[in-house]
Amino acid sequence: MRYLKYFIIIIILFNFTLLNAQDKNLESKITKNLRCLICQGQSIYDSDSEFAISVKLLVKKKLNEDFSEKEIYSFLRDKYGEWILYDPQFNKNTYFLWLLPILMFLIGGAIIFKTFIIKKN
Amino acid sequence: MKIRIYHVMIIIFFLTLFFIFYKGLKNSNIYTPNLSIKKDIPIFEAKLFDSDNFISSQKIFEENKFYIMNIWASWCAPCRVEHPFLLELNNQKNIEIIGINYKDKIENAKKFLKEFKSPYELIISDKDGLISIEWGAYGVPETFLIHNGKILKKYVGPLNINSLSEIKRLIK
Repeated sequence: MRYLKYFIIIIILFNFTLLNAQDKNLESKITKNLRCLICQGQSIYDSDSEFAISVKLLVKKKLNEDFSEKEIYSFLRDKYGEWILYDPQFNKNTYFLWLLPILMFLIGGAIIFKTFIIKKN
Repeated sequence: MKIRIYHVMIIIFFLTLFFIFYKGLKNSNIYTPNLSIKKDIPIFEAKLFDSDNFISSQKIFEENKFYIMNIWASWCAPCRVEHPFLLELNNQKNIEIIGINYKDKIENAKKFLKEFKSPYELIISDKDGLISIEWGAYGVPETFLIHNGKILKKYVGPLNINSLSEIKRLIK
């Protein structure tokens, strides 16, 4: 019985750490996808500027308030625009950006198909 | 003939792509905020600068009145440059200046106000920078012109003679 008690305590403690680790992972994932607006070429995660410190704190606070990853991005996009996100959302301003690689792949494929396969036949 | 049209179309496609990317090279890769935004002011609760009481944003801003919301800190050198312009704006009758003291030590901020005079009707404290994020600010100083619960204009960096005359014109 005594061992069972210890076992339960260990399981609870282990789960708390796991929960915290998951939160930390999500926090890092979000801050790595946010651009530091005052330091060129650095993410919020990498930067130690005053702005980045505040955004890191904000992400932590929003996660504690049960905001989802998408809600945090949308909050920050509303404040600073699409520029703050490294991974821009699929909307009317970014259709070209997202669809261009697929378009190029299809055109390239068509050229290869036409030149090599049809000609060969 | 068919093959010729096909080749011409491919060349036009790649030339268009080249033109778009070439133009893209000239775009600035520095964040440029939208300065003339008619956004609603954010709703927040903040600690008052010189007391432990909290105030909500709805109690600060009244309808049909112009406000200047200025983010400042005693450690910020450009804030000293813009201070005379804020003092001059304070002489205008139809505008109130609200300060957000950004990540500052209260003693230093008080010394700053004693030395340069306070243009602020009310100051709120932003110790961790979260209120400034609510305003979409990313540094100090930043200034917002507010009317009827909307941000009419945003000034990034210190105010100058041009921004001062623009504000005076807008609040007339």
